[in-house]
Amino acid sequence: MSADASARRSDPILVADDIYVRFDTPEGGVVAVDHMSFDVNPGEFVSVIGPSGCGKSTLFNVIGGLLTSHQGIVSVAGETISGPHQSIGMVFQEESTFPWRTVIDNVAFPLELTGMPKQKRVDRARHFIKLVGLDGFESRYPGELSGGMRQRVSLARTLASEPKILLMDEPFAALDEQTRLLLGDKVLQIQQQLKQTTLLITHNITEAVQMSDRILVMTYRPGKMKRIVNIDLPRPRTSEIVGSEAFGRYVAQIWADLREEASRGMRDQEDHVLHHEAPAS
Amino acid sequence: MSAPARHTALRAYLPPAFGLAVLVGFFVAVEIMIQGGILNRFIVPPPSEIIGSFGRVIVEEHIFSRFMLTLGECLSAGVMLTVFGVAGGVLMHRFKLLQQACETWVAAMASAPIVLMYPLFMVIFGRSSLTIVMIGFIAALPPVILKTIEGLSGTRKVLINVGKSFNLTRSQQFWKILFPAALPTIFVGIRLGLIFALINIVGVEFLINYGGLGQLINDLAERYDLAGTYAAICFVILVSVLFFMTLEKVERWLRPAD
Repeated sequence: MSADASARRSDPILVADDIYVRFDTPEGGVVAVDHMSFDVNPGEFVSVIGPSGCGKSTLFNVIGGLLTSHQGIVSVAGETISGPHQSIGMVFQEESTFPWRTVIDNVAFPLELTGMPKQKRVDRARHFIKLVGLDGFESRYPGELSGGMRQRVSLARTLASEPKILLMDEPFAALDEQTRLLLGDKVLQIQQQLKQTTLLITHNITEAVQMSDRILVMTYRPGKMKRIVNIDLPRPRTSEIVGSEAFGRYVAQIWADLREEASRGMRDQEDHVLHHEAPAS
Repeated sequence: MSAPARHTALRAYLPPAFGLAVLVGFFVAVEIMIQGGILNRFIVPPPSEIIGSFGRVIVEEHIFSRFMLTLGECLSAGVMLTVFGVAGGVLMHRFKLLQQACETWVAAMASAPIVLMYPLFMVIFGRSSLTIVMIGFIAALPPVILKTIEGLSGTRKVLINVGKSFNLTRSQQFWKILFPAALPTIFVGIRLGLIFALINIVGVEFLINYGGLGQLINDLAERYDLAGTYAAICFVILVSVLFFMTLEKVERWLRPAD
């Protein structure tokens, strides 16, 4: 069975079918995503992993509807989507809280858009703030919070819109390893509590193995599906699992796949610098 | 008071106290140089005389009503430049062709001495407060327009993407994301604009000898009341400083997140 075919399951909530994205650059066309197909079942946690520059973020933008100049179909619960969709909640890699709003106003933002009465949306926002462990910080502004806390505000804001699919693009990339592991615990806990279907885009193997049911490994440019790894680690999981032998085996297996791709990516970047930048005199 | 609290209080009050001491020191030095004959008292009056003439200028020259007139002109120009400047900046940001066509001209206008065009304004609006307000408004418009464009263009892409991910309409995208994100920079433009307006308004009042504090300086200078002239100039500087401080307070009140 091909990697793409084994990524397709029955009754999926999210289907990405034959996604192809090509960018025109001054140096010629670059295929960012090359005919990728996969799906995600309800309640499943799937990660897409690949080396830097493999087209992960492009895939994130396609599924989130932010990039529409692609070939192929993305559908949610059987409905083909052609732009941002209310069923997909996005958490971005960069810090994306609104600095002019307090924590509670940030989290209540999607509820405000639905026209929900103020008291009700405040109550709902409090619920999600508590879920991400930020109760007590409701009236603080993002500028008063740490990077990890701000990412939790973004997560709570996205969860408050009650999306069918939570789509995250390296949400902890800017954080230190310890905070990243602890936030991973928090995301796992929330995902298990809400049975939230989640698609995580990441380049961090530990993070992917810690949280996922399945990991889709991508090749370096053009971004294609290289392998699908099913993670059969017991749930509920916490960051303690990173010390287990089985965890180590999964990490080693994925790194074996990624190593070749990452090396190719590094060589490609070095070539690019050599051929496009004048050497320092 | 505990030692750390004393230290904190000292750190808070030391810079303004030092600033005040430098100012007082400067006035004392000028006083000594005038009294010692180093500086000509018919060009620079002694600071003691200037301070002594404050009461006379305030009471006899009706400084309060003049101040209110200048303030009214400033506020009128301020309201106009906020409305038209921000709207102009928004339009230029929205229509790129307009921005490409006009931005350089607006930037050039920011450095042009608009105040020298006062005869033209007098022909159009007459020798009235309207001329003064219009010159203040036109001269102060460029920074508001340019800073509005800068603020809107500088909105982080990720915030725009958050808006898109929540399916915001174009109008919601503007009012809920672009505009609040640009507000700190727009405020800088409005603050600069208001200061430009104040400078130009006092300048035109002086030039056309009409209205508030600028006219007072002109009157006193023509009477060769040097101490009074300097006292009026000090008053204008004082008003500018207070004006600037008030704007900062208003900005902080409107933007509690910073």
